[in-house]
Amino acid sequence: MSSREDILGRVRAKLGRNETNAVAARTGIDVILAAKAQGPRPHVAMEMSALAGRLIDKSLAYSSTVDQIATQAEAPAAIARYLAGLGLPTQAVIWPKLADLDWAGAGITVAAREAQDADLVGITGCFCAVAETGTLMLCGSPDSPAAISLLPETHIAIVPASRIVPGMEEAFALALNELGQLPRAVNFISGPSRTGDIEQTIVLGAHGPYRVHLILIDGE
Amino acid sequence: MESRSHRFKENAAAALANPVLQANMRTAKGKFVDKRAIAIKEIDDFEGTREAAKQLRNLVLENLDLWLEKFETNATARGAKVLWAKDGAEICRHVAEIGKRHGIKKAVKSKSMLSEEAGLNQALEATGIQPVETDLGEYILQINNNEPPSHIIAPVVHKSLDEVADLFEKVHQTPRKTEIPALTREAREVLREHFLTADMGISGGNFLVAETGSVALVTNEGNGRMVTTLPRVHVVITGIEKVIPTLEDLATLMRLLPRSATGQSISNYVSVLTGTKAPDELDGPEHLYYILVDNGRADVIGSEFQEMLRCIRCGACMNHCPVYQTIGGHAYGWVYPGPMGSVLTPLYTGLENAIDLPHAATLCNQCGVVCPVKIPLPDLLRKLREKQTDKNLRPWMERAVLKAWAFVAASPTLYALGAWFGVRYLKWLAGGKASIPVLSAAPEWTKGRDFPAPEGKTFRELYAERKAKP
Ligand code: SF4
Repeated sequence: MSSREDILGRVRAKLGRNETNAVAARTGIDVILAAKAQGPRPHVAMEMSALAGRLIDKSLAYSSTVDQIATQAEAPAAIARYLAGLGLPTQAVIWPKLADLDWAGAGITVAAREAQDADLVGITGCFCAVAETGTLMLCGSPDSPAAISLLPETHIAIVPASRIVPGMEEAFALALNELGQLPRAVNFISGPSRTGDIEQTIVLGAHGPYRVHLILIDGE
Repeated sequence: MESRSHRFKENAAAALANPVLQANMRTAKGKFVDKRAIAIKEIDDFEGTREAAKQLRNLVLENLDLWLEKFETNATARGAKVLWAKDGAEICRHVAEIGKRHGIKKAVKSKSMLSEEAGLNQALEATGIQPVETDLGEYILQINNNEPPSHIIAPVVHKSLDEVADLFEKVHQTPRKTEIPALTREAREVLREHFLTADMGISGGNFLVAETGSVALVTNEGNGRMVTTLPRVHVVITGIEKVIPTLEDLATLMRLLPRSATGQSISNYVSVLTGTKAPDELDGPEHLYYILVDNGRADVIGSEFQEMLRCIRCGACMNHCPVYQTIGGHAYGWVYPGPMGSVLTPLYTGLENAIDLPHAATLCNQCGVVCPVKIPLPDLLRKLREKQTDKNLRPWMERAVLKAWAFVAASPTLYALGAWFGVRYLKWLAGGKASIPVLSAAPEWTKGRDFPAPEGKTFRELYAERKAKP
């Protein structure tokens, strides 16, 4: 007997499974999956300005930094200012999706490809952002590879205010709605990577970025 | 991992006598407890959320076979391969076979308690695959001769900064660093190299989402993302009880898990991974395997201990346990310490192999109060104690005393006689004082406290006297 049959067989025996109750239970499962019931939710104010305000507050609480601009076209210049302010390099790996912005005009040299170890700055967009916890939701795809938000020491994310949702529930619903199914890699990111393993002392920049910077686009 | 739970008493005594461990445990205790207390206040209806989490975990356990089939169907449809393992040895066989099939030389691992249950690292080394633990805590343990973890969330909570500094200096052969950020940076650089050169990533799974056939991974360091993004093969090793129905349920549980575990509103990274990389995708694994593990879980289904399978491995029960806070995790002798371990270890490795664990608790119910999925841990510990007694597993002396007690207590005359002698003897022993400093029949008990001396008359005598008065 295969291990699958052995394990499932013992679970079935323990649960007193038979053909009749299996039919009823399967229907029950389909009902649960169709209902997609939510648990209790913490209160999150729903107006767009309140959502953006909460996203900013929570992001700061998670050691991210935030800049606000009016249109996406201003993003390269805002990023150039941020990089210059911290004395960071002006070479960056970016999502292929963002290749059309005028990076050269802002003095940033970009490579639109997968991330490599030597990349120090990674620039991404986001699929949406979750106001409740100040979290970015990134979906992997050919023009938005996952490692760009992970390998570089600095991660900069462009976040249109119109893409801020209250909670994780809405973020998932948006993904299923717009993409038809969950993409292979959904990553929720809240601030720079950290560890508290040594004496429960928090240190930023464990394996992933040391810094996460949000460029919030108010008008889009 | 071989269980040393049968030596609990010796292990605990050694832990109590270890001043470094005692100091480290004192530092850790406050941090976990205080942070959680603050974090749960952010949830308007924390109790309601706990109740919802309990219900949704119960829903799955009640029809676990069908939920597993549902998960398997949906995961397979997205290109994953689902394997099953009855025990630790079978986990190791599966991983070795996958390694052989894909010509794997090096596997980077993010934390998986199942891999500890199986002793996977040693098995991989034996087949010529180099395993590298990448969670900072787990890495520290691995380079310290594969020391076992002492906490499920904070594996090196028992170690001090100095101990880590010594270890890094010795193993990395670099100048000794004394600052935690510098040590973290050093580990980052060593491990980055491994991430980039490994061809297999091994992770645990916090949850398996039946609706989408996905695995949810929760980490702070980002190592979980590394091992599931960079290598061309990804293997998820997780228990069969980890299935949850929907993404909405994941959202509910994510309000509880990080707050209960580390006092964070959310962990830095929550990855929901589904299937293999598309041909035109630039990163992600080409092959994805799930190893769904029984190792004692199936037999708990339908039993009086089924509630234990709701556990989401947050560690809150141990953080709040006065016994764990004092002796640390190693004394428990197996993978899972604290109250949850005292229930799981006897269930998974055999009641007779962990005879002291159900007693390694004061039943104060701190664990039951903080558990995010409302597992009544003290009740389960009490049931395990009853089982031990039923199966005559307790030491003969304890059994004999209880038998004698039962005999006396069942007879009113004998009981009255015993009490009559008892109170008089103890009063005489106290010699006029209010308490007795040392009882020769229970020297261990009186080591830490005095025994209050009785007044010299039994309750029945006093009652009769009072009734006789007009
Ligand atoms: S038993 Fe409860 S408190 Fe303990 S680890 Fe499991 S879920 Fe957390």
